[in-house]
Amino acid sequence: MSSYEVPALVRAPTTRRPVIGPRFTLSIRWISSLTLIALLTVWWAITASGLIEPLFLPSPFAVLQKGWLLATSGYMDATLWQHLGASLQRIGLGLLFAILTAVPVGIAIGANRIARGVLDPLIEFYRPIPPLAYLPLIVIWCGIGELSKVLLIYLAIFAPIAIATATGVRTVDPAKLRAAQSLGATRIQLIRHVIVPSALPDILTGIRIGLGVGWSTLVAAELIAATSGLGFMVQSAAQFLVTDVVVLGILVIALIAFAMEMGLRTLQRKLVPWHGQAH
Amino acid sequence: MALLQLERISAQYPGAAEPVLADISLTLGPRQLLVALGPSGSGKTSLLNLIAGFVEPSAGQITLDGVPIKGPGAERGVVFQDDALLPWQDVLANVGFGLELAGVPKPKREARAREMLALVDLAGFEQRRVWQLSGGQKQRVGLARALAADPRLLLMDEPFGALDAFTREQMQELLLQVWQRTAKPVFLITHDIEEAVFLATDLVLLAPNPGQIVERLSLDFGRRYGDGESARSIKSDPRFIETREHVLAKVFSQRSATRQQERA
Repeated sequence: MSSYEVPALVRAPTTRRPVIGPRFTLSIRWISSLTLIALLTVWWAITASGLIEPLFLPSPFAVLQKGWLLATSGYMDATLWQHLGASLQRIGLGLLFAILTAVPVGIAIGANRIARGVLDPLIEFYRPIPPLAYLPLIVIWCGIGELSKVLLIYLAIFAPIAIATATGVRTVDPAKLRAAQSLGATRIQLIRHVIVPSALPDILTGIRIGLGVGWSTLVAAELIAATSGLGFMVQSAAQFLVTDVVVLGILVIALIAFAMEMGLRTLQRKLVPWHGQAH
Repeated sequence: MALLQLERISAQYPGAAEPVLADISLTLGPRQLLVALGPSGSGKTSLLNLIAGFVEPSAGQITLDGVPIKGPGAERGVVFQDDALLPWQDVLANVGFGLELAGVPKPKREARAREMLALVDLAGFEQRRVWQLSGGQKQRVGLARALAADPRLLLMDEPFGALDAFTREQMQELLLQVWQRTAKPVFLITHDIEEAVFLATDLVLLAPNPGQIVERLSLDFGRRYGDGESARSIKSDPRFIETREHVLAKVFSQRSATRQQERA
């Protein structure tokens, strides 16, 4: 919207000059949409010209058709929705437990010296390890059932949320803390009324990062050890060279990641409207 | 009525060789508006932080009605230089925040908050978000918030320092009106000489290295404003100008003394 306002402002002082024609500016959203359309067109053109075998790259319409088929009748004993549901359930559970535990742990690290001393090295030790490196150990301990996958995602999401929360707690404006103290706030009230709301933008950023990491970890885990889920669907289709299902699966995985990111950005705007405002 | 007493207070930052404040004695009682004036580095803010309970003195005692001060508390309301409002609350909730912390039920604290907003001329701003306010409006919300908790005295840390000259004069007059109406003792720190002379019933001049009181004055310009005289007429009164020049001369002589000290 703003990009439409700018030319209007620029034009105002130059009314003496003859107006050659309305100046036309594309909004960023339009530019992005055009890029996507161009990409799809190139994809379609390449497949339609027959330069590449459908085995390597099926046409957009073939993928779309396969999508319809998958959604209605399914692939590998499950429809697309069931695979999608399995993946979403895993990440949903992992995220839920991660938020429930990582936020209190982050607050403890940020606000308490002892908690920081105990927990900070533990988190910093396991955080840089790629989750897939410890997946085998989790599989040995917990089997290849749902538990091991939820646990893996949980661990992947936990660290970014805990670290972001701790950072948010540590960077609370001291003036706001003093203001609340001089109004009679107890330590618990400080946490509830000042520290948590102050850290909320950072917590949400941590969740955004965590979800991104968690989603890629989940799909990778499903590629290795699963009997359902989007990752499993792509992996098993690849084994039988069903390229259209592979492409479709990748697109769905990308779409879900995109939707989660957009949803969280909207949530951030709703929950922390003061973030980025000069106040 | 509240009586604040500081007896031979010294303060030192951990690890620092020189104390920030040395041997400060002060009293602040009902109907007083005590202004601490001094250049930066004279320990003004440290003095306010000691009274507010944010830091502890290294020597001496601070008492309020005979009870030693331990840590911050709701009986000493603070107005901060940079408002320190909570942006996740609207104006009404900010003003009622102290009462919320004290467990006052919502209808009662909102009624009280509305009353305080009216007192600082902000009726109608209840639902505004903090970032939609101007600097002067934020400071008025900060004042209303401190007053809503009904503190026994009010501490103000350069409350108008960040405002433009025009708004600052308005705020000074507003503060005098509020001070008159609520009859609360006020301790205010500033580096603005005219502001200090205009507001103070009692003015203490602080000098740095270490922070100490070099002059105490009893003034009545603020009271004259309260009795109905206009701010312009007070500020153009030869006695006001004379007092202001006297304080100014004192500040400058202090400054040159400090420079000589530093050179030596």
